[in-house]
Amino acid sequence: MSNKHIDEIENQMKLANESLPEKECSLFADDRPTTVGAFNKYYEGFLNWARSRSLWMLAFGTGCGATELRPLMTSRYDMSRYGIAPRPTPRQASVFVVGGYASIKTIKRIIRSYEQMQGPKYVIALGSCTINGGMYYDSYNTINRLDYYIPVDVYIAGCMPRPEALIAGFNRLKEKIRAGECEGMNEYVEKFDWYKKNQKQIIKDWNMPDYNW
Amino acid sequence: MSIWTQVLYAAISVTVATVYGLTLGGIVRKIYARVHGRFGPPVWQPFLDIIQTSSRRVSVSHGNMFLLGPVFRLAGGLGTYLFIPVIFGSALFGNFSMAGDLLLVMYFVFFGQLGMALGAGQGGHPYSPLGIARGLAQMSAFEVPFTLAVIAVAIQYNSLNITSIVAAQQGSFLNWTLFTNPLAVIAAMISMLGMNMHSPFSIVLAPQEIPIGPPIEMNSGFLSILQTNRGLFAAAKLVLFMNLFFGGATNLLEMIAKTFFIYMFSVFVGAAYPRFRPEQSFRFFLKWPTVVGVLSIIYIAYLGGVS
Repeated sequence: MSNKHIDEIENQMKLANESLPEKECSLFADDRPTTVGAFNKYYEGFLNWARSRSLWMLAFGTGCGATELRPLMTSRYDMSRYGIAPRPTPRQASVFVVGGYASIKTIKRIIRSYEQMQGPKYVIALGSCTINGGMYYDSYNTINRLDYYIPVDVYIAGCMPRPEALIAGFNRLKEKIRAGECEGMNEYVEKFDWYKKNQKQIIKDWNMPDYNW
Repeated sequence: MSIWTQVLYAAISVTVATVYGLTLGGIVRKIYARVHGRFGPPVWQPFLDIIQTSSRRVSVSHGNMFLLGPVFRLAGGLGTYLFIPVIFGSALFGNFSMAGDLLLVMYFVFFGQLGMALGAGQGGHPYSPLGIARGLAQMSAFEVPFTLAVIAVAIQYNSLNITSIVAAQQGSFLNWTLFTNPLAVIAAMISMLGMNMHSPFSIVLAPQEIPIGPPIEMNSGFLSILQTNRGLFAAAKLVLFMNLFFGGATNLLEMIAKTFFIYMFSVFVGAAYPRFRPEQSFRFFLKWPTVVGVLSIIYIAYLGGVS
C-alpha cells in the first residue's frame, strides 16, 4: 500500500477524544479536519484580493502585546482605513493576532479559538515572546515558539512592537495573502498529528475534544 | 404585465436596493469614523466584507434551524421590500405593491427577527439568546409607537394600501404626512431609531457587552446572507418611511435623496449618544414616543387634522 493510501485511511479515521469523560463524548464531533483546496487560479486570485482588503481580526487579548491593539483600533492609528476590523467571535474572524507571550493556560484557549475559526485563516504573532520566548524564555509556564502549536503567517518582532510595526505586519500579511502564500489552514490539517503531539505535550489538563469544530 | 416581466423587474429592484443599502452602510461607517476623528474604511468596504465571508472554504452548521435562520432573515428583508412601491408610478420599481398592504409589510419587519431567533438559538452560544431576548423586547417596545403612528396614518388616508397613501401625498410638499400629521411622524421617527439599531438603541449587536449577540455563531455563508440582508432591509425600511411620511418618490434620485436624509437622522443621533442599557431602552419607547403616538391618533381622528 502506498503512502498516499495510508494517509487517506488515516484521514478517514475518527479522532479518539480520549481526554473527554465517557458521557460527554457524544456531545463533541470526532471528525478529523480535512484540507480544502483553492478554487481555480484567477477566481482564487480575486477572492484573495478581497480577503486581503477585509481582514477581520479576532480581538482576543491573549498577552500583554494586546495593549498595542487599542491604539491601532482608535483614532491615532485607525486600522479600519486598511480594511481591518475587530471581530468579537472566532467563528467570523479571519486573522488571529496572538498578543505576545502565551502562557500554557492561554495557549489552550488560543488553540480552541484558532480551530473554531473558519478558513482561510491567518495568524499574526506579535512580539518577541512568540518567536523565541523573549523575556519569558526560561519561564516554567510560558511557551517559547508559537509555530510549534499553530501555523503562523507573520511574525512581528519587538517588545513591544509599536502600532506602526503592527501596520507593517498587516501589510506584509496582505501581500502574502494576495500572493496565495497563506495556506496555514491546510498546513495545520496536513501536519495535524504533529501539532497535536506538541500541544498535548505542554497542555497537561487536556479536557477538550481533539479538534474543536 | 406578465409574471415574468414582474419577476425580472423585482430582481432588478432588489439588486438596486441591496447595492444602495450596502453603500449607505459604507457611508455610515465613514461618518462614524469622521466623528471619531478617523479616516474610516472605504465606502465599498461592506461589499468586500461580503465577498470575504462568502469565500470562506469551510463553514460549521449547528442544525436545521441554524441553516434556516439566515434564510428567514433574508425572507423578512425581501418580504418587507417587495410589498412596498419604491418609486410611485414606476412599473420597474413598483414591486408587488398591489398584492400586499401595510399590515403585511409590518409583519415582515417582525418576521425576520423571529426566524433569526429560532436559528441563532440553535447555535447554542449563551450570548445568542441574550441578544435575542434584548432584540425581541426592544422590538416589541418600538413597535408600539410605530404601530400608533401607522394607525394614525391609516385613519388619515382611510387606507392601508401604501400606494394610495403615497398617492394622497402628491401635489405639494405640504401634503406630506410630515406636515399634515407631524405628531405621527415624530413617534415613527423615534421608533425608527430603535429599528435601525444605532446608538443609543444598539443593544442587540453590542460587541462590547454581548459579542455581537444573535449572529455570534453565524459564519461564512450564513453571515454573508445576513450581511446582504442588512443592506436590503435597511433600504426597505427607509423606503417604507419615505412612503408613509415623506411623500414617496417619483424618480430614483428623489428616492435616494429622501432616504439618505431619513437615514442620516438615526446616524447623527447614533454618533452623538452613547448606548442605553436594555431596560432604559424599553422604558424610553413606552414613554414619550407612545404618548406622542396616542396624541397623533387623537389629533387626526377627533380634531380632524389640519384641514
